[in-house]
Amino acid sequence: MAAFVRNRRALVGLGMVAVIAAFCFIGPLLYRTDQVTVRLDLANLPPGTGNPLGTDASGYDVLGRMMAGGRSSLELGFAVALTTTVIGTLYGAVAGYLGGIVDAVMMRVIDTFLAIPGIVLLLIMVSMITPTLWSIVLLLSLLSWLGAARLVRGEVLALRTREFVLAARMMGGTGGRIVLRHLVPNAAGVIIVSGTFTIADSILTLSALSFLGLGLPPPHADWGTMLSAGLNSLYDGYWWLVYPPALILITTVVAFNLIGDAVHDALDVRQQRP
Amino acid sequence: MTAYLLRRTGQALVVVFGVMVLTFVMIHLVPGSAARASLGTRATAERIALFNAANGLDRPLAAQFVSFVQQAAEGNFGTSYSLHQPVSTLIAQRLPRDGVLLGLSTLLALSVALPMGIFQAVRRGRVADHVLTVVSFVLYSMPDFFFALLLVAVFSVQLHLLPSQAPQAESVAGILADPRALVLPVVTLTLVSVAGFSRYMRSSAIGTLAQEYVQVARSKGLPERLVLRRHVLRNSLLPVVTVLGLSAPTVVAGAVIAESVFNYPGMGLLFFQAATSKDYPVMLGSTLVVGVATVIGSLLADIAYSLLDPRIRYVDA
Repeated sequence: MAAFVRNRRALVGLGMVAVIAAFCFIGPLLYRTDQVTVRLDLANLPPGTGNPLGTDASGYDVLGRMMAGGRSSLELGFAVALTTTVIGTLYGAVAGYLGGIVDAVMMRVIDTFLAIPGIVLLLIMVSMITPTLWSIVLLLSLLSWLGAARLVRGEVLALRTREFVLAARMMGGTGGRIVLRHLVPNAAGVIIVSGTFTIADSILTLSALSFLGLGLPPPHADWGTMLSAGLNSLYDGYWWLVYPPALILITTVVAFNLIGDAVHDALDVRQQRP
Repeated sequence: MTAYLLRRTGQALVVVFGVMVLTFVMIHLVPGSAARASLGTRATAERIALFNAANGLDRPLAAQFVSFVQQAAEGNFGTSYSLHQPVSTLIAQRLPRDGVLLGLSTLLALSVALPMGIFQAVRRGRVADHVLTVVSFVLYSMPDFFFALLLVAVFSVQLHLLPSQAPQAESVAGILADPRALVLPVVTLTLVSVAGFSRYMRSSAIGTLAQEYVQVARSKGLPERLVLRRHVLRNSLLPVVTVLGLSAPTVVAGAVIAESVFNYPGMGLLFFQAATSKDYPVMLGSTLVVGVATVIGSLLADIAYSLLDPRIRYVDA
């Protein structure tokens, strides 16, 4: 923990996430805007009094919409990371602990899903259902648990022959207890890293889906939808529809990647300086 | 070694079968709407029944799967509902074009990322390392489409230097004959992968630099340039081989976006258009081709890895 606090990169990342989360969740309490009524008479206004960042094609205030959009993006990222981590950790730990034929079958299932690019699977599935925030969370989770499961399995494979695991087994610990009380906590580092990267990746994937026209349906907003809508009118000179959402989206993804990368490095003994 | 190769190939075959089952199941989760997609929303029930019968969509799923596997083995993926051409023809036309786009951008990405990663490892913790780290983080964290459209805005619209549309030629030769139009799509895909590759190369090289044989090489008086090239580069390349094999799906995802932005007539665009028009045979065929290609790619990467590094013993793989 001390090493983590001393890690400047992780702290910078955490600070950035804290500021952005405050902006999205506390911001709307202080800065009230109407994100429901379409006001075409107020469409595409440049930044000025009343609308610090202008308005978009439907007359929504861009600053307020960035807060609302951020809530969708962050909630989605956290929800996907949470489900992914739980499913991936249990799956990977069970496969690694049991080993043998069970492990082989479980890993081939993962290889199969990994062989098909996530965006291809997503496009197929999204074309079949009507996207809502929660159905997209479900689909993204279905795709993202694979990496977590693989990492945790690798970690558990290394851990399961260690003395403390053997001792737990000798004292009569059941398989479930060993997995949950001994293996999973010791694999916590990799789990945190993969969860953090999942948040970043999910926010990016959602924005790619929005760009392809298969993201959240209106009146929902997320940063990706705002950005791709703004890019359509980039050549009309409406820069305020492009750069503010792009900046906050990229900053958020950078922040989560920074945290993940820093924790990853902190765990990697090979990279420790002598 | 032979046992390892056999087992690894056996695994790959199992995964190929899994990919077939997966694509088949997914495409059939919502049957019936294919007829609507092809015939329009005002088609009568009789015409839909006729369409389903003609395409074998009214048979039991198991029977459909068996004939799907048989036909796939012959390279027959059916006929596109919306383009009315054999899917195998459509894929055969587009695969070589993707070979050009993805091959060029991967080569470029490696030739930038490998020296960059080693440079960062050597200069670890100095200003240059931090600057390049920030650059690769931002590149990695940018949505592909935003990046692509930003390039278009600057180089096509503002500076009029490069066309905003990729080459539209049918043949590979025709595409290569228009290098200016290739620049933006290739650069987009390159920069997207440079970020990931260079991070891997950096951490791999940091690990190598700490090895005793590097100290030996230095203390026997080998010039730093040769130490880096002969010892550090070669040994750090090994993990990158695996990453290259694993990155195939990411590259394909980038291709879907880049091809949509630049209207490049490759597999990505074909797939995206098929997904929006519910063209099941095209989705099925191209998913299968991409899936099998990925499995073969990672198999080759693993074989290359075991050939390149005799230290590796695959006891528990």
